[in-house]
Amino acid sequence: MIEIHRLSKSFGDQRVLHDISATFHPGKVNFIIGRSGSGKSVMTKCTVGLLEPDHGHVSYDGRDFTAMDRVGRKAVRQEIGMLFQGSALFDSMTVEENVMFPLRMFADHSEAEMRDRAAFCLERVELPHAAAKYPSELSGGMQKRVGIARAIAMNPKYLFCDEPNSGLDPQTSIVIDNLIGDLTAEFNMTTVVVSHDMNSVMEASDFIHFVHQGHIAWHGPSDDLLHAEHPELEAFIFASKLMKKVRSNPPANP
Amino acid sequence: MGLFFHIGRYASFLRSVLRRPEKASVFRRLLAEEMAAIGLQSLGIVALLSVFMGAVICIQTAHQIGGWIPVYTIGFTVRQTMILEFSPTLIPVILAGKVGSNIASQLGTMRVTEQIDALEIMGVNSAGHLVLPKMLAALICIPFLVILSMGLGIGAGAWVAVSAGLSSMADFEYGMRIDFNAFDVTYALLKTCVFALIISSVSAYHGYHTSGGALEVGRSSTKAVVYAVVIVMIANLLLTQMLLG
Repeated sequence: MIEIHRLSKSFGDQRVLHDISATFHPGKVNFIIGRSGSGKSVMTKCTVGLLEPDHGHVSYDGRDFTAMDRVGRKAVRQEIGMLFQGSALFDSMTVEENVMFPLRMFADHSEAEMRDRAAFCLERVELPHAAAKYPSELSGGMQKRVGIARAIAMNPKYLFCDEPNSGLDPQTSIVIDNLIGDLTAEFNMTTVVVSHDMNSVMEASDFIHFVHQGHIAWHGPSDDLLHAEHPELEAFIFASKLMKKVRSNPPANP
Repeated sequence: MGLFFHIGRYASFLRSVLRRPEKASVFRRLLAEEMAAIGLQSLGIVALLSVFMGAVICIQTAHQIGGWIPVYTIGFTVRQTMILEFSPTLIPVILAGKVGSNIASQLGTMRVTEQIDALEIMGVNSAGHLVLPKMLAALICIPFLVILSMGLGIGAGAWVAVSAGLSSMADFEYGMRIDFNAFDVTYALLKTCVFALIISSVSAYHGYHTSGGALEVGRSSTKAVVYAVVIVMIANLLLTQMLLG
């Protein structure tokens, strides 16, 4: 479980996060949604330690991450996997080397064991034949899947995904969403997904935090999302024509 | 205010860079790759410039001397110019352009494509992992390039002097040996080591702290070269005063 307690962050005079508190549940896909510039990426970066919050605490299974020294944080970070918006694959390395990289840095495995683990992770994301390719030779969706394979290489307890579907077509997005959901359940990870893609939210989320102007404006299980009575959340969810149609003609329950 | 900010951030950056590497085997592999990138891939440009510079210094000196100035001065001037200033200062300045911009753009691209963030999330000390091998490779390779430059420049000077009839080989060789002070070479190599560290660390600092997109990567690369060259020149003055003054 990841708990955020009264997190604040400012850049100069601009306060981006206002005493945000949130809980991300293990074995669930926890979504952080909100408009561009609402503060969701800053919230995530503060949670993983890429940005230092001005106030507040982040704890991973009761361990206060914000109070830890460099060595303590390093230990926690080895339990974190992260999929970046642009995949952030090392472009000088092959796909296999990318997936093996965290193992090479931190695990005391033999070369053969590392290759086996990389092969397993690539198999899991359905890219067993891409091992020898370079990231530039892959499509956007394949790069995302390699990013997921690298993120799970160390058997993480926590998985963060920053805009996992950005730049992908709807069908490939669903593949990525399903993969994130399946892996979360399979490895009982605490998964946090930052997104503003409503298709993805409807497809993969178990629990949702809606960030608006640096506050958690709404949170709850995904089943409650469409019935939430919150004007900003409603405006966000039903911004597209498709979602407006869904609201006016809700699908019949099977 | 901005200057103090950069000095503080540069010091903090160097402290991160100089932490113990995560894994010796990975560090050795990275060091070998960087030595190839910084050393081997700079051999051609260093050799070319040194040969032409040695030849030009020889012709210019021959043009300047006349009558009462002995011909062996050509060999003396070529040697002194190459050892004292051209090889240890101008070669690093040229490498600041080639190697420095390469380091800054590589790190800048890694920053804007979140590859550095990815390293940090994994628990890797990104500054140490990416920059220390570059600094060490520069410290090892650039002095060798400078020694090579000295040899090629003096050799080219001798060849031009003899083949163009400006001096006999005996006169050139006499001038080359006369009043030779071995400390000049030590001074040159000391300077080179300092310049190597400046070029690699200043370029890495600018690349590592890039923010934005492709445009900022280009700006970082330009800033890296400009700052590295200016700092090399200031360090050149200070070191020359300290060591020879």
